[in-house]
Amino acid sequence: MTALIFSIPVLTIVSFLLRPSSEVWQHLVDTVLVDYIFNSALLLVGVALGTLSMGVICAWLTSLCQFPGKSFFSWALLLPLAMPAYIIAYTYTGMFDFAGPIQTQIRDWTGWRYGDYYFPEIRSLGGAMAMLSLVLYPYVYLLARAAFIEQSVCVIEVSRTLGCNAWSSFYRVALPLARPAIVAGLSLALMETLADYGTVSYFGIGVFTTGIFRTWFGLGDSAAAAKLAGILLLFVFTLVVIERGSRRQARYHHTSNRYGQLPQYRLSGLRAGIALVACLLPLIFGFVLPAIQLGLWASDTYVDMVDESFFKITLNTVSLALLAAFLAVLVALILAYTKRVLASPAVIVSVRIVATGYAIPGTVIAIGVIIPFGWFDNWFDLLMLDYFNISTGLLLSGTLFTLIFAYLVRFLAVSIQSVESGLDKIKPSMDEAARSLGYRPMEVLFKVYLPLMKGSVLTAILIVFVDVMKELPATLILRPFNFNTLAVRAFELASDERLADSSSAALMIVVVGLLPVILLSKSISSSRVGS
Amino acid sequence: MTAQLEVEDLDVSYGKYQVLRQVSFTVKPGQIGCVLGPSGCGKTTVLRAISGFEPAIGGRILIDQVEVSSNQYCLAPEKRNVGMVFQDFALFPHLSVADNIGFGLKTGRNKDRQARVHELLAIIGMPTYGQAYPHQLSGGQQQRVALARAMAPRPGILLLDEPFSGMDVDLRQQLAREVRDILKQENVTTILVTHDQNEAFAIADNICVMNEGKILQIDTGYNLYHRPVNRFVADFIGEGVIIPARVENQYSVRTELGLISGNTPIDTKQGSMVDVLIRPDDVVHDDASKDSAIVIDRAFRGADFLYYLRMDSGVEVLCLAPSHHNHAINERIGIRLNVDHLVLFERS
Repeated sequence: MTALIFSIPVLTIVSFLLRPSSEVWQHLVDTVLVDYIFNSALLLVGVALGTLSMGVICAWLTSLCQFPGKSFFSWALLLPLAMPAYIIAYTYTGMFDFAGPIQTQIRDWTGWRYGDYYFPEIRSLGGAMAMLSLVLYPYVYLLARAAFIEQSVCVIEVSRTLGCNAWSSFYRVALPLARPAIVAGLSLALMETLADYGTVSYFGIGVFTTGIFRTWFGLGDSAAAAKLAGILLLFVFTLVVIERGSRRQARYHHTSNRYGQLPQYRLSGLRAGIALVACLLPLIFGFVLPAIQLGLWASDTYVDMVDESFFKITLNTVSLALLAAFLAVLVALILAYTKRVLASPAVIVSVRIVATGYAIPGTVIAIGVIIPFGWFDNWFDLLMLDYFNISTGLLLSGTLFTLIFAYLVRFLAVSIQSVESGLDKIKPSMDEAARSLGYRPMEVLFKVYLPLMKGSVLTAILIVFVDVMKELPATLILRPFNFNTLAVRAFELASDERLADSSSAALMIVVVGLLPVILLSKSISSSRVGS
Repeated sequence: MTAQLEVEDLDVSYGKYQVLRQVSFTVKPGQIGCVLGPSGCGKTTVLRAISGFEPAIGGRILIDQVEVSSNQYCLAPEKRNVGMVFQDFALFPHLSVADNIGFGLKTGRNKDRQARVHELLAIIGMPTYGQAYPHQLSGGQQQRVALARAMAPRPGILLLDEPFSGMDVDLRQQLAREVRDILKQENVTTILVTHDQNEAFAIADNICVMNEGKILQIDTGYNLYHRPVNRFVADFIGEGVIIPARVENQYSVRTELGLISGNTPIDTKQGSMVDVLIRPDDVVHDDASKDSAIVIDRAFRGADFLYYLRMDSGVEVLCLAPSHHNHAINERIGIRLNVDHLVLFERS
């Protein structure tokens, strides 16, 4: 039932997919649709390669190897999580485009002028791949690292006794065991990629999200926009199926009760240096450089930009994000636990449908929420007029309720995924032990599951919190009148090419987003099962 | 407190596949019963049905004359007052030993609960381990904590699922005796499930031998070994061979090793062919005997040798010989039979 309510927007979009097509739609098919598909696919491949290589390598290095700076990197590598893709895109554009400091410096040194030299164009498909990879790899890193850390020491030792060396035990045991987590992290990153609007629109790349925006606002055809969204949903659905499929092949319960000290491969000399660089690069390019740029801009402009309204917006944003994060995790816990206790096909399917919400661009969810809520408001208004002669007006549309509902639809997938992967780690005999000791199922949830899942639940709350803070398009459309968030403020200023002015709000998003990232990094390293 | 368990004609199935057929047994208050069988015989399902994790599709289960499972009804596990020790112990990794043991003590004053936890820590011989965490314990210690946790709420029935399967063989016998002492001290009705007959013999008062979802024999360990009701039980419990014989008279059969006599009358017709079970301790090594056989294999077991012998006809038997009778493979040694009762089966 709960699941059904949260599937309303998705179902609305799907229903548009089945409606007859309009002229505008035919026009889109003839002109840009192939481009959208091609660019989206290319973007996905690029981001997959980027996030996988950075995420898995860093996770492996910081969990199972010893090298200087390891403990620093284990949390610092999460920092880009606080950096929204559109913000990193603004800063790199500011730094690397023709008028930016880098090219200007090169021209000063060499005396070249425009056209004399080659410099990679940042506002391109390749640039978008780089931007998105740099801020999305922490999803892969986070889940892969948690999986590496939680592996029982026995399985790794067993593989060593069966003749695997350090590398092959990684390749043949640790990696396959961590695969569900890695695939889950990757699918999150790819869903984010499909949903990204800020970066691709700023870079002017024709993918689905920008196409949907253009069709909705430019051509004014909501049905055609919803159709595009429907096709996008097919992409997403494929991702979800891949993710679930790879997970189903094996049930990765811990088979051993021993969780001794994990083996640590001591790296020294050249190898330690390579490890250091491998961890340093994503950190510098994903966080340090853009943060410095934002800081420089902000120090120039903060006097004008930071005022009373700025603090009010910050407070709005944080409380909104916290509320949404708690609700999302609460609903996810209920759904995932129901699914575990009664594994009926209906429950499983509805949880899946809910889980697709994540990849749907905020814009489309906003539309998927606005349409049915508008119907409801009108229907209820008429009903009340008929029976009581009272006009209720628009009850839901344009309220915070609508906005939070949209956030839940969009981010439930994140919380469900974290919560489910936490549930997967609890052996079925644990619940049975608690049941046989006289605990009812709901008590088992609070006494056994929640304490054991503290790490996963924290992860879920944190990721939703940061995501809501960064969320742009749905907030733009659904926010109540005069209600602003930091993301909206930064976006409005940057769209006016006031990059430097937008930096205060952008920096604030990054800073607020940092605190939970640090909290999270502490908790994931200490919440290892059995310690 | 300690309760009587009755299982009557219990049927359980997973989907279309029927796992238990007409399983019936009774365990009296304070007794230790054991379900013994090879893996996959359905013995763990018996425990899960008693604890309420699997519903019955036929028959019923009664605890102290109260029906808890039938094909219409399945009382929730937490309401059955049945404790369970899991094969993997399932200790809660986030709780200390004391908190694990106290987990099932939901009511009563704090002081009483603490007293119960301390009492159990003392009973399992780990009085100083209350603040330790499960991962700091050895397997044997985890096992005892799991036992204490299950016993803490004073369950009417305690279920043990392969409790020693993860232990050293040396440790198993010792732990089994310790566990038996603890169970008897607490006077708790217990059902143990295992595939290891030595464990069953060491702990249980009565043993049900199960195969393919059916109970074949319920008896003491002694009787299962000496009076098995069919070939499966004879084969599963202890070692031995089955050799052909002809019924000679009311008390004797003739085999290749000569006439064997028992002390109870045979109800099979004279002159008919039967099979007779020969245990290793029925065959005595005796150099003076006129019968002999060739050693084809041997197992040194410390206190004795188990010899695998082949007689001239090709029939193979086992012989238990004292440790100092050291014979090489292919050596011919003298043997004679020393049987005090006959275990006969129809010819297959």
